[in-house]
Amino acid sequence: MPTRRLVLTRSAAVMGTACSGLLLPELVRAQSGKVRVGFMLPYTGTFSQLGVAIENGFRMAINEQGGKLGGREIEYFKVDDESEPSKGIENASKLVQRDKVDVLVGTVHSGVQMGIQKVARDSGVLCLIPNAGVHAATRALCAPNVFRTSFSNSQPTRALGQAMVARGHKKAVWITWKYAAGDEAFEGFKESYTAAGGTIVKELGLPFPNVEFQALLTEIAALKPDAVACFFAGGGAAKFIRDYAAAGLKGKIPLYGSGFLTEGVLDAAGPAAEGIVTTMHYSDSLDTPRNKKFRLDYVKAFRSQPDVYAVQGYDTGLLLIQGANAVKGDLGAKPALYKAMEGATIDSPRGKWTMSKAHNPVQDIYLRVVENKENKVIGIAAKALSDSGLGCKMA
Amino acid sequence: MDLANFFIQLLNSVQYGLLLFMLAAGLTLIFGIMGVVNLAHGSFYMLGAYLAWSLSALFGSLSLAIIGGAALSVLFGLALEWLLFRHFYERDHLDQVLLTFGLIYIFEELRSILWGDDVHGVPIPELLSASIPLTDNLSYPVYRLFMSGVCLALAAGLYFLISKTRLGMKIRAGAFNRDMAEALGVNIKLIHAVVFALGVGLAAVAGMVAAPVASVYPNMGSQVLIMCFVVVVIGGIGSVRGALIAALLVGLVDTFGKVLLPQVAGMLVYILMAAVLLYKPEGLFKQ
Repeated sequence: MPTRRLVLTRSAAVMGTACSGLLLPELVRAQSGKVRVGFMLPYTGTFSQLGVAIENGFRMAINEQGGKLGGREIEYFKVDDESEPSKGIENASKLVQRDKVDVLVGTVHSGVQMGIQKVARDSGVLCLIPNAGVHAATRALCAPNVFRTSFSNSQPTRALGQAMVARGHKKAVWITWKYAAGDEAFEGFKESYTAAGGTIVKELGLPFPNVEFQALLTEIAALKPDAVACFFAGGGAAKFIRDYAAAGLKGKIPLYGSGFLTEGVLDAAGPAAEGIVTTMHYSDSLDTPRNKKFRLDYVKAFRSQPDVYAVQGYDTGLLLIQGANAVKGDLGAKPALYKAMEGATIDSPRGKWTMSKAHNPVQDIYLRVVENKENKVIGIAAKALSDSGLGCKMA
Repeated sequence: MDLANFFIQLLNSVQYGLLLFMLAAGLTLIFGIMGVVNLAHGSFYMLGAYLAWSLSALFGSLSLAIIGGAALSVLFGLALEWLLFRHFYERDHLDQVLLTFGLIYIFEELRSILWGDDVHGVPIPELLSASIPLTDNLSYPVYRLFMSGVCLALAAGLYFLISKTRLGMKIRAGAFNRDMAEALGVNIKLIHAVVFALGVGLAAVAGMVAAPVASVYPNMGSQVLIMCFVVVVIGGIGSVRGALIAALLVGLVDTFGKVLLPQVAGMLVYILMAAVLLYKPEGLFKQ
């Protein structure tokens, strides 16, 4: 029979433990502490503008919710990943171990993404990929806690092949940089183009980020294919477009590409870009109320025009909001959180999309043509296109 | 491959080869005459490209930019020689490698501070932007002929300077036997400064003429430097004639490799180098 004294001492012990902070903090942090969101994005270097656009988009989605996630305040942490693959693991670990983030948002460069992927798989921290299209992230190295809101490298080009054959180009030359993203883009093009009955006459490549295209353009002119398909991005893309016209190929052999060819380079490429047809999961000129509202709001908030990267950042925010709302802000409730995100339909400026089993967007790919320095949508190249998710086994 | 295609690819090869020669000539001169292994040579090429970008925007003319840029880079070369390199002529090659390797990082950082990290295009002058049609499909850009012309003119000038002038005689004497030349009244210090500035100028002009076709971007110097070393090693270290032959050879192998064997094109130049070194370990024209 417990004595009164025993009851008293035990109660005191429990109270003491609680007050000294051994029990209470867990409860407090789970219920009313801030959600810790970590951005691991490029803030310097060639991709710095992409990093800023992604963060802007993400914050815009959160701000539309009153700046909260599932009712909880947010604290942001930032690490500049410098687009430097050799620092990928170290930088991601900083956010996970030092800053103890609940969510890691990153990144742009596929090589850096592989470092993040390792940290995410080892630590189990929720990771949202707002750009990098590297296949392994949602294929062989996929993980329950890793979600991509952008594209896989072969997704735009998988839609490109069919579209080119449908437009009457049966013989094509493929040209790209020889590196992971170029090879993966080729995979999508090769599969869809040959399946639709097209023949790839020749596969040309040069090391990344080399931009001396002259010998290869001469070869294209000599081969006289029905069309040329390519994957280039950024400054190199503008250069390729200009050289293609300078070599006298524009107007003779139609140029096609993964949409990154004409994203953000139309001013630099000038008139040489007119008439280029590309496939992409977004276009500035998408004529939907959703896109128009997004673009107007973005311009008001950030005083600059949004691009595909801003949309991907925005969608990353939308996805996280849906997950957080389903678990009322308790991001520790992982099974319920992941289930909600897997089942989410994202009402994006690019159109509605859902998650594939391997956590890559199932989305429409648009067919676009450059007209008056703008990517005009001329149709849908592929409806609800998914990535194969080859080799993905969710543990 | 038909004849017209072959002919144009040949032009492409020669043009690329001549550009490599401009860089390799400076590299091999600086090594042959002063004994300095200059890993930062690619940075001068990058400097030229960025100067072309800035100055052509400033002057609105590429030719003015090239003239102004050449003058600036020669001055830069003189300053660099006076401040740093002349203290390293007598030192070990390892010290020189450390110095010039460090300089690569410093120049990249300065480039980043001065010009940023973006990729830039330099417009081709209106006058040179046409193409010469050869068949109904194939044509050759006039600007590339211009590039080859500039490189050839400089190569000829270099040949004339070294083998026909009094200064050239002193340079050769200094390279052959420094002490003897000095004893005979040749101002070796001045000769070294001139040769170094000349090498910097050649690399920078190469960068400037290449800027419109190769774009202007970070680390462009390091990429081209590797090719330069391949050329110098194949040609024989210290030999300007060897550098010319080797540069043309590398241009041929690289260009036709890209077109005929795209899968292994990246390796071919190195295979060529290995083959040459097996046959002639000192390079084709070791002096």
